[in-house]
Amino acid sequence: MAKITASVFTSHVPAIGAALDLGKTTEPYWQPLFAGYDYSKQWMKDNKPDVIFLVYNDHATAFSLEMIPTFAIGCADSYTPADEGWGPRPVPVVRGHPDLASHIAQSVIQDDFDLTIVNKMDVDHGLTVPLSLMCGQPSVWPCPVIPFAVNVVQYPVPSGRRCYNLGRAIRKAVETYDEPLNVHIWGTGGMSHQLQGPRAGLINREWDNAFLDRLIADPDGLASVPHIDYVREAGSEGIELVMWLIARGAMSDKAPTVKHRFYHVPASNTAVGHLILENN
Amino acid sequence: MSLDKPYLDVPGTTIFDAEQSRKGYWLNQFCMSLMKHENRERFKANERAYLDEWPMTEAQKEAALARNLNWCISLGGNIYFLAKLGATHGKSFQQMAGSMTGMTEEEYRNMMIAGGRSVEGNRVVGEDGNAQKHRQPQGTSTAQGRL
Repeated sequence: MAKITASVFTSHVPAIGAALDLGKTTEPYWQPLFAGYDYSKQWMKDNKPDVIFLVYNDHATAFSLEMIPTFAIGCADSYTPADEGWGPRPVPVVRGHPDLASHIAQSVIQDDFDLTIVNKMDVDHGLTVPLSLMCGQPSVWPCPVIPFAVNVVQYPVPSGRRCYNLGRAIRKAVETYDEPLNVHIWGTGGMSHQLQGPRAGLINREWDNAFLDRLIADPDGLASVPHIDYVREAGSEGIELVMWLIARGAMSDKAPTVKHRFYHVPASNTAVGHLILENN
Repeated sequence: MSLDKPYLDVPGTTIFDAEQSRKGYWLNQFCMSLMKHENRERFKANERAYLDEWPMTEAQKEAALARNLNWCISLGGNIYFLAKLGATHGKSFQQMAGSMTGMTEEEYRNMMIAGGRSVEGNRVVGEDGNAQKHRQPQGTSTAQGRL
């Protein structure tokens, strides 16, 4: 049987990708941020998964206003890094895992979560920046990835509770897959940030750290926090944090082991948060 | 019965809901077209002519020509779509976000390095934080919102 052994949580700020791609990681502005992922890159080598189930949001890249699915699961063989307007990032093509992805889609839809099955899409910084942070700059990514895109761009977006319950359904789906795969689930986006209007640049260190505390120790309670609290306290784009609840919901009910925790302000407009949790 | 929209009293913030999305459909779709290199080149060669290929309102076209992101957002634009317009002009997300505050690029960057904008006074319309209407513009930029 396949098993989810760990979850990784990280922000996916596009400027982080640009800093990596342009060789700026040792500059004083970026050095403290990348230092926070030194442990993580070693941990990835020591705990290499067979598949990464990567929860992220598309930033008006694969999904224009023609259609935006609330939850979309990638079932394709591969995904090309997108041109978001600055040209595509010089990172490897992302290999998929169509068999496990289709299995999860079948199971989760029968559990009443209406996933959209996607067989063709490009992936943007929401997916590739976390891979770069955790894997560095390899010529191929270390394992296949199942992209799982959540709408957090066009309101209403799914609630924290729905995301958390969806994570539980994903856990159940993985555990009924026959092949003994080691699966990691990643929740990405956030932390506090606002990219628009006169309130742009909002950061809430205290709220972010309370979020990390509760994500570790009280995810069920955290799932009850309404959208408006995210917007008011963590900025309009801070709502991306609901996606972390999908990855957390997919973890065991037993308390996880916290392998790594990191928080840094700023990366461009954004507070960067990062956790590695292992299942017990 | 009206729908519950508890986010309308957050200062300096426009939530991109179904209503805004409807209003900004063509503005945002125009921005999406700039994900293709050849379209970016064609737009830059003659912005007005390129915009005239789209069924946008005149105000939406003027806001795009003015590179004024607050104006674009008031007409239904969303920042992730508008980012394609910013990228076409060679701007980063930090430059785009800063342009909406009235701060110079350096002032905004320094605010972020100092820990970002505080939430205090900026949770609800009517408080006295620096994102409130009566405190605009915030910095010494002379660009009048132009990116």
